[in-house]
Amino acid sequence: MSEILLDVQDLTHCFRLGRNRVLRAVDGISFQLRKGEIFGLVGESGSGKSTAAKCIMNILHPTAGKIRYLGINTCDPRQFRSHKKFLQISRQIIFQDSTSSLNPRMTVADIITEPLMIHHIRPPRGSLRAEAAYQLKCVGMDPGYLDKHPAELSGGQRQRVAIARSLGMGPELLVADEPIASLDVSIQAQMINLFKHLQQEHGFTFLFIAHDLAVVRYLCDRVGVMFQGKLVETGPVGEVFSHPLHPYTQALLSAIPIPDPRRERKRIPQFFDSTAFDREGQLREVSPGHMVFQKGDKL
Amino acid sequence: MPALLEIKDLFVSFHTFSGEVEAVRGVSLSLRPGEVLAIVGESGCGKSVLCRSVMKLLPQNGWIKGGTILADGIDITNYTQRDMERLRGRLFSMVFQDPLTALNPTMTVGAQIAEAVQIHQPGLKKAAVRCRALELMDLVDIAGGEERYGRYPHDFSGGMRQRAVMAAALASNPKILFADEPTTALDVTIQAQILDLLRDIQVKMGTATVLVTHDLGVVARAADRVAVMYAGKIVETGTVEDIFYAPQHPYTWGLLRALPSRAVVGEPLYTIPGMPPTLINPPKGDAFACRNEYALAIDYQEPPPMFQISETHFAATWLLDKRAPKIMPPLGGSYHE
Repeated sequence: MSEILLDVQDLTHCFRLGRNRVLRAVDGISFQLRKGEIFGLVGESGSGKSTAAKCIMNILHPTAGKIRYLGINTCDPRQFRSHKKFLQISRQIIFQDSTSSLNPRMTVADIITEPLMIHHIRPPRGSLRAEAAYQLKCVGMDPGYLDKHPAELSGGQRQRVAIARSLGMGPELLVADEPIASLDVSIQAQMINLFKHLQQEHGFTFLFIAHDLAVVRYLCDRVGVMFQGKLVETGPVGEVFSHPLHPYTQALLSAIPIPDPRRERKRIPQFFDSTAFDREGQLREVSPGHMVFQKGDKL
Repeated sequence: MPALLEIKDLFVSFHTFSGEVEAVRGVSLSLRPGEVLAIVGESGCGKSVLCRSVMKLLPQNGWIKGGTILADGIDITNYTQRDMERLRGRLFSMVFQDPLTALNPTMTVGAQIAEAVQIHQPGLKKAAVRCRALELMDLVDIAGGEERYGRYPHDFSGGMRQRAVMAAALASNPKILFADEPTTALDVTIQAQILDLLRDIQVKMGTATVLVTHDLGVVARAADRVAVMYAGKIVETGTVEDIFYAPQHPYTWGLLRALPSRAVVGEPLYTIPGMPPTLINPPKGDAFACRNEYALAIDYQEPPPMFQISETHFAATWLLDKRAPKIMPPLGGSYHE
């Protein structure tokens, strides 16, 4: 077992809606990320996946709970300040919409090297431009794109530039918030291979947020299923996909479309009644590494 | 059976700053009554433009350069907006990708469906309009119509909103329904329900549906026939079984092989190399040639014609020419079971 990189304990984040209403977007979730693994966070829209990612990246301040990154409590302002540079460099995020996360007025070279300038990092490959060219090559793009603007690139290329920018800092943890949801099938496959390559060859750790379960099954090592702000099931991908225990996980898995007309038409998706969901309970380990949200002994 | 919609050799172009974009380049297809035709392709391949040019909903800088569109036997290619207004809704309706932007947030859902009813049957009494709107809500499985009639779109979930949009689209019994990525904005858990509803409506009302999508899972669930588009052209068309079990075009092979759900964990995922071409000055020969591992010399010279494989199955690739070398297709035959 490798070292624990990120330890999330009872993370809760509430949004205030008006005077008396509070939305518990993330409600007491706990999970660990080990070095070099890809952890998938899945769930329907509004289940709190992105909020959890933003809390981990210090974009939102959690209402309660602890997030430890290599032993540093990132939610504690004093600890955060004293390790600010390290935290900002070694954790990077890739957003879903690459169009809005890249400055349209900057060239690709400027975009990739901006974080280096902000943190006063001397480029390891001599000049900033050489560094940008190297990072572009890492994500499978030609250095000829260095002087282009984001508007001249396709969706897949823009997403690659966003990844190159985060790789330039030499991070340990990459948080990818639905990085391939807006891409086409053939480009999606290229990005999935790129993520797999980054994990295997460069040892990056990923928190991979997705709603496409087929991608998660292919790419991730462990998976956490979220529903209404709760983590309802977590475990190794093979285990969760072959023996889903929580009814919501079962419903979610039965919803994966099969690109095969004869089997697809026979598939009857299960329905999960959200009113029957009991928010009381906790994660219990049922087999090594496989945890299910339950109340008492029954699901 | 005569075709409900017949498109012959359609060319659609756009004026842009960098030149003329040839978005649709010679598409021919026909839609028979009561069938679901899926148009599949990557973004920018011209599938939405094709639909919009039939509906005459192209933006200002787009125009139909050539070809004919026959709807229900009438040539509508040169129809003006005013002529089209009589046809829209009556002959064809459209369901868009994002139901939230398609609905008016300041009107109740019931009123929006009733509005569609009233426009098409102006003489109808108020009570009758309401009755018809409730009937439509029932048709698209919105339970508790009476209570939901007075609700606003923000009270509805994504799936319910898409149902409401469909109810409004069906208000005048259209013969053709265009559904442009109807499930893309919805959660996976709702997707199958909406697709089943589409099929259900098609059975109940005999509506022919053109389903535009990039998701092959959606196609597998809902379509009768499939047209695969690439760079403004249809490269392969056939029944759903033809396309999934015996695909003939290298692009279709690539699309099917790139699906993560078909991949073996641990092996790298197949990718189609390169990028789709820009449609400003498209390449001379087959637009797919430079990404095609089975490309022949002639692919760079001359675009392939449509070859007929069976009564329903057509594909545009030189590999089907009798002079072409025989190759082993990477898939086809026995994927199922």
